[in-house]
Amino acid sequence: MLSKSRKANGYQLVNKKVPYLFILPWIIGFLVFTLGPLIFSLIMSFFDWPITSSPTFVGIENYKTMFTNDPQFYKSLEITLKFAAVFVPLNLVIALILALLITQPLKGIKMFRTIFYLPAVVSGVAISIIWGWIFNSEYGILNYILSLIGIEGPQWLVDPKWAILTIVIASAWGVGTMMLIFYTDIKGIPQELYEAAAIDGAGLFRQFFSITIPCITPTILFNVITSVIAALQQLALVLLLTGGGPLKSTYFYGLYVYNNAFKHHELGYASANAWLMFIVILILTMVIFKSSSTWVFYENEVKRKGKKKK
Amino acid sequence: MKIPKKYKIILYGLLGLFSLYFLLPFVWVILAALKTEAEVFSFPPKIFPDVPQWKNFVDAWNSQPFGTYLKNSVIVTVMTTLGQLISCSLVAYGFARYDFKYKNILFVILLATMMIPWDVTMIPLYMEFNMLGWINTLKPLVVPAFFGSAYYIFLLRQFLMSVPKDLENAARIDGANEFQIFFKIFLPIMKAPLILIAVLNILSVWNDYLGPLIYLQDQSKYTLALGLAAFKGIHDLQILPIMSITLVMIIPPVVIFLFAQKYIVEGISGSIK
Repeated sequence: MLSKSRKANGYQLVNKKVPYLFILPWIIGFLVFTLGPLIFSLIMSFFDWPITSSPTFVGIENYKTMFTNDPQFYKSLEITLKFAAVFVPLNLVIALILALLITQPLKGIKMFRTIFYLPAVVSGVAISIIWGWIFNSEYGILNYILSLIGIEGPQWLVDPKWAILTIVIASAWGVGTMMLIFYTDIKGIPQELYEAAAIDGAGLFRQFFSITIPCITPTILFNVITSVIAALQQLALVLLLTGGGPLKSTYFYGLYVYNNAFKHHELGYASANAWLMFIVILILTMVIFKSSSTWVFYENEVKRKGKKKK
Repeated sequence: MKIPKKYKIILYGLLGLFSLYFLLPFVWVILAALKTEAEVFSFPPKIFPDVPQWKNFVDAWNSQPFGTYLKNSVIVTVMTTLGQLISCSLVAYGFARYDFKYKNILFVILLATMMIPWDVTMIPLYMEFNMLGWINTLKPLVVPAFFGSAYYIFLLRQFLMSVPKDLENAARIDGANEFQIFFKIFLPIMKAPLILIAVLNILSVWNDYLGPLIYLQDQSKYTLALGLAAFKGIHDLQILPIMSITLVMIIPPVVIFLFAQKYIVEGISGSIK
């Protein structure tokens, strides 16, 4: 398109190198900080690469060990997948509910939008400290409140049964970004659609499922993919809140890779771990994308003008 | 559309309930930071301190080299923001306003890099920075920012695509060269998206924990996030200083967010269209 208009204007770019000069910073960065390391880690995954002595080529041994001789691999993978299976739908539903709430024409609604987004700007370090203090089983306010209504709260961060739930609750606190993405999308749905539906006698629920949801399916797809990727890589909160414990009940895959690399100094093995997760993420993303043709509707199907009402 | 009163009550009820979840933890930290040792460990918990202990902040700040941590955090945040603004605007401009060979494939690669899990490149990057002698310096945290970041480039490019093409053609006829056009014409109109990526970058770098954790070793190099986490790791029971420093740490992002809210709300939406 650009070239066409340029010809129409009788304009020819004198120096063909100019565009490449503009994108040069990214090309260098991509080679040095992304592609180079990516290839190198793939190579490393076929080596026994201890930090102290020289590496030896071992073929697919690392991958074999992972699947046949490392129970922790399966456990960490299982914990992480379980976490994602709870975290992703939960976050989506909360974000969607919040977005629907803050699109209502109510007084003071902007203030609520601010409140809901606020935790999303806070560091994982702060989040872990804040929630660690709330979940504290001795002095924590949560168990005190529970005790007021006659429930004896669990030892949240000490009991392997409950620790993973604390991570789910603490990480759902940062749902604001996803909420905002839904919010702007819902605001862009033309009001006429709802008015027409209302005249046809469709109630609020019917309107929600027949208009709102179909209109925002591309955004749902985007949010599903980004949150699946984020959930599978969860590390900071785990390191800070539970350190993988108690009894390795929150020993997430990200932590497993991190420790294999920087604690046990098995650089080759850790690279193989990381590549496996990379492949899992690629496959999952592809599956989600493939499935999307059955449930995602794009703009040319539902005509939208992004008309804003207030 | 008017909402019936009955629904209004339900909606405000829900809004209030969610507000508790998002707001009370902050309040509880503020209250804890202002209590005495006896108050904070009392059971049943005491909601309000008798006398707000403002000196908690001073004591906490002086108990560790938090001043140094703050300085490091500010350096890293300012430098990376500068780097991202320069490099991302140039790269986005190149992708949005020119046609060149391999453009589409390069742009697809750029988008694809956003999907690479960070732990895949973590080990080689560490070795790379180690070879350069950059471990235990702020360089690994700062330098990559000068080569752009896929997400920010993408956001800026989306904005630049929406600008009419006559703009640079008129300037070219007037004899301006390509870089003059970029600096004199496009940079000024990119204000809103540039503020957006500056804010996003400030938030993510100020809050970053894993980067500093991997690359920094000496306390004198710690950033605030790492310093606070390390302090908590050692002095788990010193609730008062932990809570006061936590507050100090979350105030800058919260203030910046409150001021730049408009840009975030409007900017994030444009990104996925």
